[in-house]
Amino acid sequence: MTVHVRFRVNGQEHELDVPEQRLLIDAIRYDIGLTGSKLGCGVGVCGACTVLVDGQMVSSCLMLTAMADGADITTIEGLAQDGELAPIQKGFLKYGGFQCGICTPGQIMAAQALLNENPHPTEADIKEWMMGNLCRCTGYYKIIESIERTAAGEV
Amino acid sequence: MIPFALHTPTTLDEALDLLEKYGEDARPIAGGTALVLLMQQRLVRPEHLVTLGGIKELNGIDASNGALRIGAAVHHRVLENNEQAKQGWPLLTYTYRRVATVRIRNVATVGGGLAHADPNQDPPATYIALNARVGITSKKGRRELPAEELFTGYYETALEPGELITDVTVPRPERPLRTAYLKFLPRTADDYATVAVSVALDVEDGRCRDARIAINSAGPTPIRARPAEDVLRGQPLTPELFRAAAATVPPLTDPVSDHRGSANYKSRMAEVFTRRALEQATA
Repeated sequence: MTVHVRFRVNGQEHELDVPEQRLLIDAIRYDIGLTGSKLGCGVGVCGACTVLVDGQMVSSCLMLTAMADGADITTIEGLAQDGELAPIQKGFLKYGGFQCGICTPGQIMAAQALLNENPHPTEADIKEWMMGNLCRCTGYYKIIESIERTAAGEV
Repeated sequence: MIPFALHTPTTLDEALDLLEKYGEDARPIAGGTALVLLMQQRLVRPEHLVTLGGIKELNGIDASNGALRIGAAVHHRVLENNEQAKQGWPLLTYTYRRVATVRIRNVATVGGGLAHADPNQDPPATYIALNARVGITSKKGRRELPAEELFTGYYETALEPGELITDVTVPRPERPLRTAYLKFLPRTADDYATVAVSVALDVEDGRCRDARIAINSAGPTPIRARPAEDVLRGQPLTPELFRAAAATVPPLTDPVSDHRGSANYKSRMAEVFTRRALEQATA
């Protein structure tokens, strides 16, 4: 059995027929072909699969594709505009928040969601918000700094 | 995940019809953050899922009658950021803010969390401490249960097949309560607690008129610490009294040993965190 789903991903309309149990992360990666979002832990803990659904960050590994019917979804591929990286992406590059790349798409989507809601977060705000995104390369100081500097317009 | 049929009702009546029709073979799904995991692990294998996201009746927060009425499909994060809830029931919004991460709270719902009935969750103890009532509806009608009577065991509730949690009502206290929710987190900030304690004290002239205390992660259900409440009630609040109240807690607990601590350790920490929660509430 399949279910018919329509949603927008990075501004582009998509219509899919997927099995009811298809997870959003799999639809994004394999049905639509946007492989920036990563499947990490698969249980909603690590944050590598973070995407925005109607502006709210979610774990796409825990969401049924069918539950996103009608939604407006943004993935890491949707941040750059006309070939130019978004400020938060530049911030991660410039200040070393970007390491091996596995957690980075989720980190950046979470950071973007924070800045959308709170353009000038304190360090405590950043830590509370980002605590659900795990990095196993380098610790978190560079990530926090990347977000702080981006918020300060220093990219 | 094993296949299932998906139903997307747009009214409460339609949803209740579906739940009645399919009975034990159906599960309602709202956020899915708990149920999808259980289905992936094949701990739950429903043949039918009934989505609740499209049902308007389940989606409001209302404080116009004094009490706070929360629709079952309200997302955790909507409740934690609701101004009326923050002002009138700060213990509740604080507790929701301690749940997992923003990503989960954006999706997980109030009713779904209660129905999941994992004793490690945060809100149940606070609902018990605030004397909340859970509204349950089925084709047969509506009933209300005090929050503490909803939970009957690990992942077990008093819900019958065909019944749906539709709302939670938290009464408005006569005067502001002295409250605290204290979560013992030796590992990470987004973890489940080793133990967690919610206290709500009605204090007048330094004397405890009434007390409600509940503990998470210390047994198969959240535990109401009635003996501790009895020690406090009617007494002037002193550090000695808090110690005496907390000392009644370990025998009430029945925790499991796991990576968050041994059963014995959790029982003893339940005492320590009850005392600290009482101290924090009255500081």
